[in-house]
Amino acid sequence: MSSQPKQFERLSGWRLFFNTIAARAYPRLIGQQRETSWLLFDVFLPLFSVAAYVYLYRAMDAPEEYVGFVLIGGAMTAFWLNVLWSMSSQLFWEKEQGNLSLYIIAPNSMMAVLLGMAMGGMLATCLRAIVILGLGSWLFQVSYQVVNFGQLFVVFILAMVALYGMGMMTSSLFLLFGREAWHISNLAQEPIYLAAGFYFPVKSLGFWIAAGASIIPLTLALDAMRQLSYPGGEEVGFLPVNVEIAILMVLAVVFVVSAKLLLDKMEKLAVREGRLTEGRR
Amino acid sequence: MALKTATATERGAGRAETWRSFKMATWLGWQIESNWADPFLFAIYSFAKPLASAAILVVMYGVITGGAYNDPLFPYVYLGNTFYIYVGAVMTGVSWAVIADREEYKTLKYIYVAPVEIPIYLMGRGVARFITGSFAVIITLLAGVLFLHLPIDPAKVQWGLFFVSLFIGVVMLAMMGLLLGSLSLILVHHAGFLGEAVAGALYVFSGAIFPLSVLPPAMQFIGYLIPITYWLELLRRSLVGGVAEAFPTLQGLSNTQLLGILLGLSLVFGVISIFVFRACNRRALDRGLIDRTTNY
Repeated sequence: MSSQPKQFERLSGWRLFFNTIAARAYPRLIGQQRETSWLLFDVFLPLFSVAAYVYLYRAMDAPEEYVGFVLIGGAMTAFWLNVLWSMSSQLFWEKEQGNLSLYIIAPNSMMAVLLGMAMGGMLATCLRAIVILGLGSWLFQVSYQVVNFGQLFVVFILAMVALYGMGMMTSSLFLLFGREAWHISNLAQEPIYLAAGFYFPVKSLGFWIAAGASIIPLTLALDAMRQLSYPGGEEVGFLPVNVEIAILMVLAVVFVVSAKLLLDKMEKLAVREGRLTEGRR
Repeated sequence: MALKTATATERGAGRAETWRSFKMATWLGWQIESNWADPFLFAIYSFAKPLASAAILVVMYGVITGGAYNDPLFPYVYLGNTFYIYVGAVMTGVSWAVIADREEYKTLKYIYVAPVEIPIYLMGRGVARFITGSFAVIITLLAGVLFLHLPIDPAKVQWGLFFVSLFIGVVMLAMMGLLLGSLSLILVHHAGFLGEAVAGALYVFSGAIFPLSVLPPAMQFIGYLIPITYWLELLRRSLVGGVAEAFPTLQGLSNTQLLGILLGLSLVFGVISIFVFRACNRRALDRGLIDRTTNY
């Protein structure tokens, strides 16, 4: 055993954990470089919705800030779609393609696999969101006057941790789904765009609806980003930015911890019920 | 005489096969669409998306106009968005059948060797989406009339124009779906996104939720080439004729002219769809693409 070449040395502990994260993030980052045509769909599909809403606001002679609000919301849809289709339902797809059982029998942590998916997906989606925002701002001649860059950065990072934590948490739930997984992901688009105020200030929905929708990290993140992107943005804000930052912190911790607990539970349940290799179409 | 009888029999058999293909595909499509959940959950699923989509526009409109729902722009936006449900449902429903059968269920090759007419089969698969889409359209319209005072008066609706326009439009959308489905047969990458991408683009170019005059001139020109633009306008005019006079898009054209343009463009797209299907189908068969799995 001692003569085993170094590259085949068996990793364990934290080294295995971090190597698993890097290994799972790798295809998400490198895959995009190898298949750049994805960008066409990932960028232009959200841009179509954004364009339609921008033109609607223009038809109503809305203040130009609203065009900016739509663009920020449109850019953030890239993250929501990534979490929905490439995090929450990812273990379901892996099961359908026969990879899930390999993940389970490999000596790595499933939490590390999910973290790798999240890291890779987040970085790759960042690029798309930047392109959507940049291209949209250029096409529709939108400018921003950021009030506080530091807070904006903190809001974005916290939103990402909370959002991808939520995706990690729901991915284990999707392990129990069959054919309905696709439909549930599909359903969690327009109703969420509405509740979270992707294309208008969430304050317009009233306090209680906005408060309920705040369980989705993007609700508060979008609201805070809009407040920070324009002077006087607090007029359309739901809560003060500092309060939104505090709530996002709590959501981030709750979702990541819940992801770990749920994953352990669902993994055991799925193994016990023999659902790791089934393909229910 | 014997030859004549044989031809007539063959024709009869052909018609029977066409009808059987359509009926079977419709039933199959309905099962695939609906049997993954109990009817209650399926109903919620079918209505939640379109209602949420309409509600986004209603909130946007309300925020900016302060709730001026009696302005002609509101029925323009609301009705355009409501009937656009059919575009996503029928067009994408027909084209998605190729992807679902080939990639997900891996049954397209068996359907090809069965005595089934493939274009008719694909159209039939779109019927289930048409049915669920129709429920969504009705619910969304009812919500508009009941809660937002959408000015639809059944006594003043031009029902003839409405149903004729609706029928032509649905056939046109099915043919556009066939066109996309044909391309999906030979596309190596992203065939699964094709329907969604085209529906997204047409949503902007057809001025479904805003008057075409808001678009830059080059984009307006594309909008005038799309049959959906005329179809949506006819549906709006047939339902809220009095209010529709204030709509800025296509003001200079009468209903008859609009109907003529819609019919002409639908025929053009229909003919193109048939030719494209034949070409793509031949290519897919020659290259053995019918049982391909792209995992896209």
